[in-house]
Amino acid sequence: MNRKYDNFKHILIQNAVPIVFLLVSAFAIPISQFSGTYLVQEMLVRLSRNSFLVLSLLIPIMAGMGLNFGMVLGAMAGQIGLIFITDWNVVGIYGMVLAAIISTPLAILLGWLCGLILNRARGREMVTSFILGFFMNGVYQLVVLYGFGSVVPVASQKMVLSRGFGIRNVTNLEGVRKCLDNLLPVSVAGVEIPVATFLIIGLFCLFVLWFRKTKLGQDMRAVGQDLDVARDAGIPVERTRLISIVISTVLACYGQIIFLQNIGTMNTYNSHEQAGMFAIASLLVGGSTVSKASIFNVFLGVVLFHLMFVVSPMAGKYLIGEAQLGEYFRVFVSYGIISLALVLHAWRRQKEKDRTRRSLRGLQAE
Amino acid sequence: MNTIREFIEYAGWPRIIIGLFLISLFIIAPFVGVRFDVSVSDTLVRFGMNGVMVLAMVPMVVSGCGLNFGLPLGIIAGLLGAVTSIEMGVNGIPGVLTAMAVAVPIAVVLGWAYGLLLNRAKGSEMMIATYVGFSSVAFMCIMWLILPFRSANMVWGYAGKGLRTTISVEGYWHQAISDIGSFRIGEFFYVPTGMFLFFALLCVFMWYFMRTKTGTAMATVGSNPEFARASGVNIDKMRTFSVVLSTVLGAIGIIVYEQSFGFIQLYMGPFYMAFPAVSAVLIGGASVHKATIVNVIVGTILFQGILTMTPSVINSMIQTDMSEVIRIIVSNGMILYALTRVLKVKL
Repeated sequence: MNRKYDNFKHILIQNAVPIVFLLVSAFAIPISQFSGTYLVQEMLVRLSRNSFLVLSLLIPIMAGMGLNFGMVLGAMAGQIGLIFITDWNVVGIYGMVLAAIISTPLAILLGWLCGLILNRARGREMVTSFILGFFMNGVYQLVVLYGFGSVVPVASQKMVLSRGFGIRNVTNLEGVRKCLDNLLPVSVAGVEIPVATFLIIGLFCLFVLWFRKTKLGQDMRAVGQDLDVARDAGIPVERTRLISIVISTVLACYGQIIFLQNIGTMNTYNSHEQAGMFAIASLLVGGSTVSKASIFNVFLGVVLFHLMFVVSPMAGKYLIGEAQLGEYFRVFVSYGIISLALVLHAWRRQKEKDRTRRSLRGLQAE
Repeated sequence: MNTIREFIEYAGWPRIIIGLFLISLFIIAPFVGVRFDVSVSDTLVRFGMNGVMVLAMVPMVVSGCGLNFGLPLGIIAGLLGAVTSIEMGVNGIPGVLTAMAVAVPIAVVLGWAYGLLLNRAKGSEMMIATYVGFSSVAFMCIMWLILPFRSANMVWGYAGKGLRTTISVEGYWHQAISDIGSFRIGEFFYVPTGMFLFFALLCVFMWYFMRTKTGTAMATVGSNPEFARASGVNIDKMRTFSVVLSTVLGAIGIIVYEQSFGFIQLYMGPFYMAFPAVSAVLIGGASVHKATIVNVIVGTILFQGILTMTPSVINSMIQTDMSEVIRIIVSNGMILYALTRVLKVKL
């Protein structure tokens, strides 16, 4: 009995974050007065929209590099591809594929750069990739706000600011809007299901499962577990870490293209920033940690995080009479959850270190 | 030749490039129609405004807690002090002092809790600090709406509650510290003597503190924790103390900033405020493990100089405002440089 209780407690502690989220949502859904159908539809849309971005975070975690805040670099590459196809007026699924083709080399280049930098900042990958995101945001602005239309030719006058160069704040992606989601239209009881998008996400999940079993995947896990042991075992540590970041960046780039085709408009200078934060918060809400994440965490996280995302402004409005309050609450929760997960992870790691040290001391005493 | 090489080695390339860039901006300025005296005066004012917040970086770096990306926590304490003092309607110097008197205890409590948190997360302080800063700002967004402030100058007119996004301190304590002994030369050249004196006072205090027993112990904890433990220094206590000190300086810093700027920025205002302070101290020559008062002063002048000069000069030169982009690239590039450099020194 006692053991059972202990196990129960262990599970509770392990999954504290998703459980808290479930409770908050369970409390907020009735208050928000949303109908079930609406919520199901909304969750399906958001799953198809965000899952790919969140999935792109898995591989660096496997390689022990923590949450890859550098995924915004991939998102930027994807956006540049989208700007080009919108300018050339390539529409539909071909447009999306072309955007992916254009942005892939860019994403590889950026990922490679990111990997090189992170290899020089071992042990503080997260904060470095975080700042790198800000830094590249500056470079992105330099290119898109000043380079496009002056150095890089842009044909469509509608996209360019009135001063003659630089892309407008909002880029209309009418041409590719929902083209992937509506490729295989299926509707069940009034709820539309974007089958094609889910197929791509499913394929990608299979890829991750397969990748874990390959030599490279195994190497990454070894590197993630212990860098020095992996190096002694003859694994090229730097190269493996670099590849994991490159893969993550390229996938984030595709993820952003999928995300934006669903939204249909692009905030030229903001979309990528939000991508990183929401993806990371979702993954953590799903119960993953900085060092361990599964595909299940991804889907659970996206659903729970976005459930709260949809529900909280309305709940705030009905509860206190102010929608703005729910909005701030939502922002607070997304940042709070990331802080909490980071603290828990660091604390756990420190405790483990203490324990090993104590056991060493104990051995010496004997 | 040798002395030049030594100087380059001592100052480091990034600092020299940024320094030369700033000097060239000052040289170009008169030719593109930007007044030299205005530029210098603006740089001085902004140096005074931001100095204390940059100084707030020092204690945590010295004690080995890394760069204080959690500065918004201190800023929030300062903001609470500032709005309380306006609510009470205290003017002039007493107003600023009231703001500080309210802010400091709040900062001590917040800093203490924040310090305890960081003690549980040794090794990844910076990432956690960043998010502690972010989430506290987001939390305060809720509080600014709810807190029972009533002063007509601060709340939304139509609702009668909830603080506004920007609150003017005009008529309360606008430039209260700056104007102590301040003077003008000609029409445009303004020197906020009081603000410099205040900043100098805090610098001297910090300098002296680092030479006291506690200060030395703190530095030992940062540079060699094992040695500190062996000499009987309570590591966690020292670290917490440094975090409290940093948070308090952040709180005072924002009040100094506001009284000169003239506005209190609430809600998402303090969100990114840690980054300019962090990059300023890094530009001044600090690293993740080492920061001195000289780093603070040099860094603030260089960084704020660039922030002041680029918009005016570059605008006049090419008719385009690139200052925001330059600011983002310079400040974050500097932080990146510092983060990647550390390991090379260790190896």
